[in-house]
Amino acid sequence: MTGEQTLQAMPEADLTLHRARIAEADRRMHRSGWRRRLPQRGHLVLMPLSIIVVMPFVWMILTSFMTDTEINTIPPPLWPRHLYTGGYSTVLASSDFPYWFLNSLIVSGAAVLAQLILCSLAGYAFARIQFRGSTVMLILVLATALIPIQLTVIPTFVIFHDIGLINTLGALILPQLTSALGIYLMYAFFQSFPRELEEAGRIDGCSRLQVFWKIVLPLAKPALAALGIITFIYAWNDLFWPLIAITSSHTFTVQVGLTTFQGEHITHWSAITAATTLTTVPVLLVFLIGQRRFIQAITGAVKG
Amino acid sequence: MATTLDEAAIARDANRRIRRSGNIAGWAFAGPSVVIVLGLSFIPMIWAAYLSLTDSNLVSPGHFIGFANYAALAKDPLLRQAFTNTFLLAVMYLPIGLAAGLAVAILLNRKIKLIGFYRTCFLVPFVASTAAEGILFGFIFDPNFGIVNAGLQAVGLPRQGFLQDPSQALAVLAIVYFWTQFGFNIVIYLAALQDIPQEVLEAASIDGAGRWAKFWHVTLPTVRPVTIFLLVWGLIDVFQFFDLVYTTTRGGPLNSTLTLVYYIWELAFNFFTAGYGAAVAYVLFFTSLIAIIAVLAYGRRRRITL
Repeated sequence: MTGEQTLQAMPEADLTLHRARIAEADRRMHRSGWRRRLPQRGHLVLMPLSIIVVMPFVWMILTSFMTDTEINTIPPPLWPRHLYTGGYSTVLASSDFPYWFLNSLIVSGAAVLAQLILCSLAGYAFARIQFRGSTVMLILVLATALIPIQLTVIPTFVIFHDIGLINTLGALILPQLTSALGIYLMYAFFQSFPRELEEAGRIDGCSRLQVFWKIVLPLAKPALAALGIITFIYAWNDLFWPLIAITSSHTFTVQVGLTTFQGEHITHWSAITAATTLTTVPVLLVFLIGQRRFIQAITGAVKG
Repeated sequence: MATTLDEAAIARDANRRIRRSGNIAGWAFAGPSVVIVLGLSFIPMIWAAYLSLTDSNLVSPGHFIGFANYAALAKDPLLRQAFTNTFLLAVMYLPIGLAAGLAVAILLNRKIKLIGFYRTCFLVPFVASTAAEGILFGFIFDPNFGIVNAGLQAVGLPRQGFLQDPSQALAVLAIVYFWTQFGFNIVIYLAALQDIPQEVLEAASIDGAGRWAKFWHVTLPTVRPVTIFLLVWGLIDVFQFFDLVYTTTRGGPLNSTLTLVYYIWELAFNFFTAGYGAAVAYVLFFTSLIAIIAVLAYGRRRRITL
């Protein structure tokens, strides 16, 4: 029934009411210039709010270029008078920060590389290959997301201690080689992946590994990018486990190093803000470059 | 006749071979991940159950003492404090965190300019390291040199103790925590809002729905599944609250910011009462599991599924 037919089928009274409603709605939608500009009124809230939200980071970077006397004047200045780099030289020259930074790069890099390979292999297998036990294994893997790290951390420490991994970067890399979230992300991606391409490859006589390597992976780049970004951010920011697994300063990651650095330089704020700046910059860079993929991945994981 | 039998046999054989190759390939592909993920979660989980029945001091296995740890934790005032603090954090953060996330998402879900800029700004605290953020806010809320007290003084208000005041510290941490998390809530809500077809809202307008009516009857029901998800996510996250406490108050002053995870960490790795720590960890695990199941069950009863 078209709209016109509906109108004709209606009794006169209803019709008037209906027309009045449409007119009212019309008026509501185009009431005045002010109303029509309504979406843009959101800026009045959003602009100050977004500035307040990023302010601590802006302030952190500015403060890292101030001298301690400048920082401790009341009221504190908003802008450094000179570009003071003493804080950075304290961090880089007279602490183990360069080690920490390098260790974090190694751990995060290894985690990204390993998860790109292992999570996509596993996600692909669960989505595409029929094998005995696959459903049960997938459910078990996803169920581990409900096990908090606090429950497993004590025995994990004991096990790693017994096999001599404690206080090595291996203790940090091993638990990050793969993850339930990464497997799930890749599983969800491969489920919506067109089957025909793989079948063509199989008919051409490629083995499963060749199909995966030559046909599937190159087309999975968006999902791989998202997985890589999420893994890097998570591995770089982790504090709890490195704090427990690492005891000597040369093996610290940046997050652990940062907390000890803070303890050793209380009130030496130019150095502390320099250290926090150097700690957050890599993650912020990765996020800014890959934020579209990052947002797609986290929203996609929820809807999937 | 013989040929059909042969064909059937060949087909069966081929089928079996495909299935077997699937088994081999499947396990070869998924095996390493499955072994690592399950090995690093279920084995320690079972081990923790055993440890919780011993007086292990982390480095030596300890003796079996039955349920003595569980009996002790029932009477542990610090554990009760940690529970209360974690519960208060959830109560302070979750409702406001979700409501603010939805409100900002609604503002962003219009034909508004600069949406990319806003989204980036709101997500930055979520992405940056919580340890660094804790250190930063330790300074911002510093009673003597902090910028917040300088601001309060400038407008003629009394200076506050903030993180050094037992009655304020937990609330300050809840505020900082809100700041680190709400960008995530915004992005998730925004994605859900963008799924509401414009026609539905227009139809509601034609039926005479005002802005509030549209919010209550169209927007809110559509984002309800996402709300359930964010609630579960938030609960899991609050139950893991550690980094901010470690970098600011270390559970103080007067245990006013002692959270469950911080307490477990202290028990196992500072006081070396690993057996007791494992028992507390199990209590935490079951509590968070019950909370999550309660939220999901509520969602299911109201027929809200993702």
